[in-house]
Amino acid sequence: MLDQLIHLKVNGTLHTVAVPPHRTLLEVLREQLGYTGTKRACRVGDCGACTVIIDGKAVLSCLTLAVEVQEKEILTIEALGDGDRPDLLQQSFVDCGAVQCGFCTPGMVLSAKALLDENPQPEREEVRRAIAGNLCRCTGYAKIVEAIEDAATRLS
Amino acid sequence: MSEYAVLGKRLPRVDGPVKAAGTARFTDDLSLPGMLHGKILRSPHAHARILRIDTTLAESHPGVRAVIVGEDFGDYRYGLKPDTRDEYPLARGKVRYLGEEVAAVAAVDEDTALEALELIQVDYEVLQAVTDPEEALREGAPLIHDDKPGNISVHMKTSFGDVDEAFRQADYIREDRFYSQSVLHGFLEPNAALALWEAPNRITIWASKQSPYFLYRNLSNCFNVPLSNVRLIQPYIGGGFGGKNGGYPVDFCAVMLSKKSGRPVRIVLTMEEVLSSHRRRHPMIVWLKTGVKKDGTLLAHDCRIIADGGAGTGVGPSTIANAFYFLNLPYVVPNVRFDGIRAYTNRPISVAQRGNGIQQIRFAADVQLDMIAEDLGRDPVEIREKNGAYTGYKTTSGMHVKSCGLRETITEAIRAAEWETHYRPWREKMHEPLGRIATGVGIACNSFESGARLTGHNCCTAVIKVHEDGTVSLLTGSTDSGQGSETVLAMIVAEVLGTRLEDVFVPQTDSSVTPVDPGSFGSRVSSTAGNAVLIAAKDAKQQLLKVAAELLKADPDTIEFRDRKVFVREAPERSLRFRDLARQTVAWGSGTTVIGQGSWGQSIPPLNFETGEGDAGGAYSFGTQAAWVEVDTRTGKVTVPRMVVAHDLGFALNPLAVEGQHEGSIAGGVGHTIYEHCVEENGQNLTPNLTAYGLPTVYDLPEEMVSLSIETIDPVGAFGAKESGEGTQVSTIPAIVNAIHNAIGVWITDLPVTPEKVLKALRDKKAQARATTEGQP
Repeated sequence: MLDQLIHLKVNGTLHTVAVPPHRTLLEVLREQLGYTGTKRACRVGDCGACTVIIDGKAVLSCLTLAVEVQEKEILTIEALGDGDRPDLLQQSFVDCGAVQCGFCTPGMVLSAKALLDENPQPEREEVRRAIAGNLCRCTGYAKIVEAIEDAATRLS
Repeated sequence: MSEYAVLGKRLPRVDGPVKAAGTARFTDDLSLPGMLHGKILRSPHAHARILRIDTTLAESHPGVRAVIVGEDFGDYRYGLKPDTRDEYPLARGKVRYLGEEVAAVAAVDEDTALEALELIQVDYEVLQAVTDPEEALREGAPLIHDDKPGNISVHMKTSFGDVDEAFRQADYIREDRFYSQSVLHGFLEPNAALALWEAPNRITIWASKQSPYFLYRNLSNCFNVPLSNVRLIQPYIGGGFGGKNGGYPVDFCAVMLSKKSGRPVRIVLTMEEVLSSHRRRHPMIVWLKTGVKKDGTLLAHDCRIIADGGAGTGVGPSTIANAFYFLNLPYVVPNVRFDGIRAYTNRPISVAQRGNGIQQIRFAADVQLDMIAEDLGRDPVEIREKNGAYTGYKTTSGMHVKSCGLRETITEAIRAAEWETHYRPWREKMHEPLGRIATGVGIACNSFESGARLTGHNCCTAVIKVHEDGTVSLLTGSTDSGQGSETVLAMIVAEVLGTRLEDVFVPQTDSSVTPVDPGSFGSRVSSTAGNAVLIAAKDAKQQLLKVAAELLKADPDTIEFRDRKVFVREAPERSLRFRDLARQTVAWGSGTTVIGQGSWGQSIPPLNFETGEGDAGGAYSFGTQAAWVEVDTRTGKVTVPRMVVAHDLGFALNPLAVEGQHEGSIAGGVGHTIYEHCVEENGQNLTPNLTAYGLPTVYDLPEEMVSLSIETIDPVGAFGAKESGEGTQVSTIPAIVNAIHNAIGVWITDLPVTPEKVLKALRDKKAQARATTEGQP
C-alpha cells in the first residue's frame, strides 16, 4: 500500500511522517518517531501497555491507526516528567511500590492520568475501573491503586 | 537509632523513576543502524517429520536479507545437563510441538519478514501426536525422541525412612489424586533479542534474560566462539518468573541471522507466539497417600507424580527434585517415598516458574492435610502447628533447617485473618442451607529453598568500585527482572560503606564487564548475591579504613561509616566526609584504586537429582497464607476478596520490596488457582491471547492483601535474610482451595477452579446427599 503523508501532534510537537494506511499509532510512535516509552506487548488490545492519551481519553495505540488521529492531541508517557524529575503521579507510583518490572507502568500511569485529569478525586471503584484494561503480572495491582489514590490526595 | 542506617527501610526502588518515566530501555526499545527485523516460521503440527524445506522463494523476496533453517546450526543441541541436551535452535528432522521453530527470516521490516515466512515451503509427514503425559507413558505410544524410550525425560525414585512400616502404624490413611494445569509465566514483555555478529567471531547480544550467563555459554558453544567474545548486555527486563532463564530459539536465531546477513537483527516475539509455544509451568498429576496418627501427627507420604514435560527437558530435573524435596517440608514427615516421572509430550516445553515444581506438590499435600483434619474432626490450624518443622530440624532426607518461624507465621496469619471470628468447620455448618454467596476461609503453609544449589558454577561474585567523588558502582551478574534485587543489593553496599542509596549505581549485567553469575532463579539473589556483595563491600571498606585511620589518627576498629560520614565511634566530632575519604584514598601515596571484591556460594553439595538426599538450598523460608473466598453458588464463580501472607523471610532487607513480592505472589497464585489455563484441542491452542488465557485483571485479584514478615535472622543469608518471592506463591493455591471447601463443602482437586467445576461439584454433592437419604430406611 502507498504511504500517506500525515501530521501527528505528539506531546505538543507536530510531526510529519509518511505511513502506510494500515500502520498502527503504536508502530509509528515507536519505530518512526522514537517514543519508545509506549510499550509494545500484546499488540491486540488485551494488555494496555501501549496506552496513550488522545484528546484527554486513554486509548490503546495498538488498535488505533496512525492515519485516524491527525488533528488530535496525542500524549505519550514522555509528556510527563523524566527520570530526574518525575511528575507527581509518577512519583506516587515510585514511592508506593507500584513499579516492579516496569513494562506495564507507562500505560498504567497514562490510564491513571486520564482518570485524574477528568476526575481529580475518584472513588476506589473508579480507580479500579480506570486500570481494568491494563494488565500487570508483578504487583497484584494493590499498590497501583494505592499510588493513584496517593496522587489524587497530593494533587488536591 | 536503628542498628542499620539503610537496610530494613521502605526505600523506593532505584529504577522506579526511569521506569515510570518510560525512559528505561527494554530490548524492543533498542535499535542499531541498518538493523533488520527477524521473524520465525513455526510448525503447524504438534508432531511431524520434516521431509523438505524450500527457502528459495523466500530468499529471493525483495527486502529479505537472510533465511535460516535447522541445518544452519549443525548438530548443536542444548539443555541443562550433558545427558538432557534435547533442544535445537531450529527443528531438525522432526517437529515435536505446535509452534516449534522451523525457520527464520531477517528482512528490512516486519511486514517483509512476515511475507517471506509465507514463501517458505515445508513438506511435513504428520505423525500421531501425544499430548497427554499418561498416554505418552503407555506402551506403544509414539516416540517423541527416538533415543528416549518410553518418552521418559526424567525419572526420580527415592525413599527415606520405613514407609511401609509407617503405614502399618498409621491410624488413618488417605489417598487422593490432584491435577495442576498448564500455566504460563505471564510476563508482559515478550521474549526479545537484538544481535550483532562481527566477523570473524564476535557476538554482541541484547536479550531479555533473567539469567544471562546461561545464554552466554549457549552462544559460545553454538557458534564456536570463545566466551571472551560473547558480549551479552542486559537491558531492562519486563518480568521473567522463570520464563527468561536460558537460551531460546529467538536468541540463537537473532545471532545466526546477523551472522548470515552481516547486519544487526532484532526479533521480538508476539504475545500469541509466547502463549502458544513458549515455555510454561509443568502440568502435574499427583497421587498422594498419607498416613497419620489419630491426633493428626504425620507419619508418611507415599507420592507418585507424572509431570507433563512437553517436548524437551529444559530444567526439568530440578522441577522433579523440588517436588520431592518439598514433600519433606514445611511439616515433619519422617517417612517419605517418591516416584516422579517427567514425561515427554508433544506440547511446548515445561520449565521452572516461580516456585518450580513446588506449587503442584504443596497444592496436593496441603489440601490433603485439610481433608485429613476434616476426616478426623481436627482443626486445620492445630494440625499444622502440631506437624510444623522447627529450627534445628533435619528431614529424614537430610535437609537442614537452620532457622524456622513457621509457627509464628501461622499465629500471625490467623490473627490477621481474624480466624477465630470467621472460621467454622464445614462439619458444623453443613446442615445449613447454602445462600447465593457462600463464604469461607482457609489456610496453608509453605517452605522454599533460599538459594538453590545447582551443579557446576554456583557462586555469585560482586565487584565494588569506589569513585573519587564518593559514589560507588556495584558490578554484579545477578539480574533484576523486576523483583527489585538491584535496589536491595545497592542497599547492602550503602549500609556497609555508610553512603546513601542514591550514591550507589548498579549498571546492568554485561558479560564483558560484570562477573559471571548463575542467574536469578531458585531465590538466589538476595541470599547468595547478597552475601557476595556484603563481602565485596567489606573489602572496599577495609581499603578505605587504612587511610581513614591515618587521617583520623585512630584505630581502624574504632571508626564507623554512616550517612556519608566516617568518624571515630566514641568521638564523632573526629570525622570526615566519605567523599573526602574517597578522594584522599585515591591520591594516597603513589595513588590507589578502591575496588572491593567478594564471592559467595552455598557450602552444601549440589542438588542430588538421583536420590534427593541432602539440601535443596542454603536455607529455607517458611510461611502461611490465609484466604477468604466468596463462592456464588448459582454461577460457580469464586472470588478471593482478601488474602494474608505471613512469611518467615529471615530479615526484611526492604519491607516495601517484600510487600511487592508477597502481593505479586498472590497475583500469580490466584491466577493459577482460578483463572489461567491453556486450552488445546487436537494440538491447537484455543487460548492464544491474554484475555482467553485468563491473566488476572484488577477485578480478579484480592482488593485487600496483607503482607506480614516474620524475622528469624537466618545464620546463612546476608544480614539474616531468606527468600520472600517464591515460597510466597507456593501456598496460595491450597489456601484458596481449602477456603472453597470451607465455604461450600466440596474439594476441588483439579485446577483451575472454574465455575463449571464448582457447579458440577455442588450438583454431585446434592445427588450424593439425596442418594444417601433415599437409601435410608
